[in-house]
Amino acid sequence: MEEELMAEKRPIISTGGRGPAPAGRRRSLPMAARYAINALLVLLVLVVGELMIDGGAVTRYQTSVLQQVGVYIIMAVSLNVATGYLGQLPLGHAGFMSVGAYGCAIFIMRLTETLGMTGRDVVAGGPLVGLVVFAGVVFGGVCAAIAGVIIGIPALRLKGDYLAIITLAFAEIIRVVMLNIDDVLGFELTRGAAGLTGIPSYSNFLNVFLAVAVVCFLVHTMMKSRHGRAILAIRDNEIAAEATGVNTTYYKTLAFVVSAFFAGVAGGLYAGCVGVLQPANFGFMQSIEILVMVVLGGMGSMLGSVLSATVLTILPEALRAFSDYRMIAYAIVLILVMIFRPQGLLGSYDFSLSRVIERVMNRDFPWNRSKGTAEGKEAADA
Amino acid sequence: MSALLSVRDLHVSYGAIKAVRGISFDINEGEIVTLIGANGAGKSTTLNTVAGLIRPESGTVEFDGSSVVGVPAHKVVARGMALCPEGRRVFTQMSVAENLEMGGYTRSDAENKETLEKVYAHFPRLKERRGQVAGTLSGGEQQMLAMGRALMSKPRLLMLDEPSMGLAPILVQEIFDIVKQLNDAGTTILLVEQNANMALSIADRAYVLEIGTIKKSGTGAELLVDDDVRKAYLGG
Repeated sequence: MEEELMAEKRPIISTGGRGPAPAGRRRSLPMAARYAINALLVLLVLVVGELMIDGGAVTRYQTSVLQQVGVYIIMAVSLNVATGYLGQLPLGHAGFMSVGAYGCAIFIMRLTETLGMTGRDVVAGGPLVGLVVFAGVVFGGVCAAIAGVIIGIPALRLKGDYLAIITLAFAEIIRVVMLNIDDVLGFELTRGAAGLTGIPSYSNFLNVFLAVAVVCFLVHTMMKSRHGRAILAIRDNEIAAEATGVNTTYYKTLAFVVSAFFAGVAGGLYAGCVGVLQPANFGFMQSIEILVMVVLGGMGSMLGSVLSATVLTILPEALRAFSDYRMIAYAIVLILVMIFRPQGLLGSYDFSLSRVIERVMNRDFPWNRSKGTAEGKEAADA
Repeated sequence: MSALLSVRDLHVSYGAIKAVRGISFDINEGEIVTLIGANGAGKSTTLNTVAGLIRPESGTVEFDGSSVVGVPAHKVVARGMALCPEGRRVFTQMSVAENLEMGGYTRSDAENKETLEKVYAHFPRLKERRGQVAGTLSGGEQQMLAMGRALMSKPRLLMLDEPSMGLAPILVQEIFDIVKQLNDAGTTILLVEQNANMALSIADRAYVLEIGTIKKSGTGAELLVDDDVRKAYLGG
């Protein structure tokens, strides 16, 4: 339940401004009120969720699935920046996730060791732990962003299928490096195929979903800004964007790096959920699954990413009883969606609570509108 | 009087293929200059090179007295040159108003507000359709939008690449009327066209390109009655 609420109240991108704004009269919410309403709803969901978990209404298992949902929402939303908004097709998102996961886990393990905290202290929480986790997750994001710069600069010279293949190859390189770096260079970092164990379980419902809200908010505001508009212009037509004065190289790299950064954040939280990291967790299939979430939800729709990440994370869990068939069901769902809704479930539609409230304030309901056109809207206003 | 744009001995290649082989021309402030010629003559390549989308192999391009060779396209815009690219290339998923806003990307919001009114004055059709998604506009409207978008950067030199491409004759006339109006309002124009008749009739001066070189130049009126030009481009 929670995650659906989470999805609904999020402020969402719309390329906006469609339909001429009727002159005057139309009442609108001030920006501050919009932010306040959304912030309040986020807070409400977090508090209610936390109370339900503490009260035992949600089991441990369900909580852990919820955390996974949160992680994959961040993954899908971050990939959507590169895929939906920038219009590229990177196939190596799991690579960035793994860089973030290892970066964050190792950072937090070393730091808690230095501070003399035990795993139990970390689970117990407190302001210091919060700070450590925050620093760790940001560190993971920064590691992934650095990988994003290194990969993005050569990769973004290419387009379409070429870009897909080069990012796929880079993600494989990252995986192989994670697997062998200790053996080859004699580090004590990732512990190779044996896996990095003993990661304190620093992720919980609260910090995962707080991160979800923050990531969605940041992506939303970025895409609403001048920078976001530049990125959307590149997706629509790169030559025209360059000709109107957009530094396309810069913005392509920026979008790619932002995408990588948030994937790193998700990876960091993922490490805290699962407690064990193995390079094999971040293979090709992982990247594909995240891409499927974005495509299924609708490229360029944040709500779409959130919803399909939620459904596609819960579905395999719910279908555990039929585990032999679940991949078939998954494949059939994909085929059906691609045949009947190639633009994804939501297309580029995005939900905006403020828009709904404004409609209500203006009594602008579908049944009041004569033709569903601008005239109808104006008639409803008058 | 020194020229607003001055191109000297420009050579451009795509790999081993030489598209432009030593072109020189000038544009003075306030003129309409047109480059005409058949497919593959190097017209668009010249324009894209001037706009910074392609790097020349050799030669100089000076705008307002300073070199723009090697300056990337997005910086050329800020210097006062705007390219309205071939095939319109509007931002199909954005509304008309958003397309125009993108055109003013290098300008401040206050400037854009003012310029937007001027653009709407030139293109009343765009004002009517300002909320419509650009991909659903007709070809002629998309061409107007592409021109309006280029104007939003307040260019001193507006470069138009085949504005008549794929348009009905009546719309071609309308587009050229607008080009003339824009020029009368003070914008210098570099026009690349295959529709030589129309282009020559509004141009102050024209250059005829053939396989990457300039074959002829003169005033629009002169070339319009030139025998070779008539034979080659105006259908006898």
